[in-house]
Amino acid sequence: MIKVFKYCFLDLIRSRWTIVYLLFFILTCGGLLYLSGDSAKVVVSLMNVVILLVPLISMIYGMMYMYQVRDYVEILLAQPISRKSIFGGYVLGLSAALSVSVALGILIPLAFYDAPQIMSAQWLMLTAISILLTVIFSILASWLVLANENRLKGFGLGLFIWLLLAVIYDGIFLVTLIALEGFPIERLALSLTLLNPVDMGRVLLIFQLDYSALMGYTGAVFEKFFGTLSGSLIIGGAYLLWISIPLGFLLRKARKKDF
Amino acid sequence: MIEFKNIQKKFGKQHVLHGIDLKFNQPGIFAILGPNGSGKTTLIKSLMGMVHPTGGQILIDGQIKQGNEYRNNIAYLPQIARFPENLSVNEFLDFIENIRGKATRKVELMTAFGVNEFADKKLRALSGGMRQKVNLVSALMYDTQTIVLDEPTIGLDPVALIALKDWIRKEQGAGKTILLTTHIMDIVEELADEIVFLLDGKVYYRGSQQELLQKTNTPSTEHAIAQLLTLKKAS
Repeated sequence: MIKVFKYCFLDLIRSRWTIVYLLFFILTCGGLLYLSGDSAKVVVSLMNVVILLVPLISMIYGMMYMYQVRDYVEILLAQPISRKSIFGGYVLGLSAALSVSVALGILIPLAFYDAPQIMSAQWLMLTAISILLTVIFSILASWLVLANENRLKGFGLGLFIWLLLAVIYDGIFLVTLIALEGFPIERLALSLTLLNPVDMGRVLLIFQLDYSALMGYTGAVFEKFFGTLSGSLIIGGAYLLWISIPLGFLLRKARKKDF
Repeated sequence: MIEFKNIQKKFGKQHVLHGIDLKFNQPGIFAILGPNGSGKTTLIKSLMGMVHPTGGQILIDGQIKQGNEYRNNIAYLPQIARFPENLSVNEFLDFIENIRGKATRKVELMTAFGVNEFADKKLRALSGGMRQKVNLVSALMYDTQTIVLDEPTIGLDPVALIALKDWIRKEQGAGKTILLTTHIMDIVEELADEIVFLLDGKVYYRGSQQELLQKTNTPSTEHAIAQLLTLKKAS
């Protein structure tokens, strides 16, 4: 798996799209830092960019790359290694290359602007969430590619999943909260947040920035939950499930598929 | 020795292989022929473990095929020559060597097919024929008892084609078992010891070229194959 990972990473890191992705984050983050001058505000602005764009780019770029891999994977399948090593290596390489682009794109401008800030909790959280979302959406993209030989259908499903998790889910969430406003729905709101990795990332960041006071009573319940050890463990567990379940589906598909 | 025992394969409702029984237990060049969609590639891919047969068994040296290690002893040339775009030819060959171990015949093959001239170029910058040469080097650089070539001549220039034929003859002389699919009948006439003709997922004919010519009363293998197809259509 490590051998496949190494060459996949080398292939991707040289791709001009990976470099464009890195430059985009350097320009956005650098631009915001130097224009606004307040790093807490920049984290919020970047959060909105990260929450929407990282899943979208990981999904689309991941699918483009994996469809390309699909074209030549027969050469690797003819070698004496398992399918698990091949696809495990590719998913790892894809996630790593995109994660490096995002993380460097955020941290390089920050290092120039105010290096000690790199170790501050809010910037670390922003970087960690970008990496987590990259990994989750890269795995989803790879799975969709293996499950759909028809590229148009694959890309359609990929975009739909992104739209659902990053945009539509919030709408449904809001309508649910409004419809049930007469009831104590804090636990429901909390559970709904844990079901969506994008929302979970957003909430984690908001609480890191101490904006929870703006959210009234629900904010207090959330703050209490996210602040406790069991809360952190549940969030960690939820992210772990968001990685391991799609990865399980992906490896199962890779094992059973006819190439 | 490779043996296919009653191999069945269905893709959804489409029944591609209808119980293929074939045994390759002696060295030589075996041309697997048949019209498009007759199941040649599916049969070869079942041997390589890329396609999971719906029924039947594949035996390698008398043992039921399992795991991944058996592929150490098979060289496989895929039909379509595509590669990671941002790696150079040398890096790609290193990639394969990293997985499979040091290749003993890489330098020799790179010289034979003229791959040295573009070994440092990125794979995305290569033409179709150049890609096929890289494909040939990556497939043949290991010294294996069985060699499986799926349409090896696509896009090759005359010089490379002669180099390929010479290489295949050399391997034949060394006692290898070579399975070859192609639509170019000249190659079959020139090289094949035996012909396996697949039609609608079944073995329709197996035997030497001479027997085929006598049976169909035709002057060349090309005509013989055409006649087999016409007879089948008429029936």
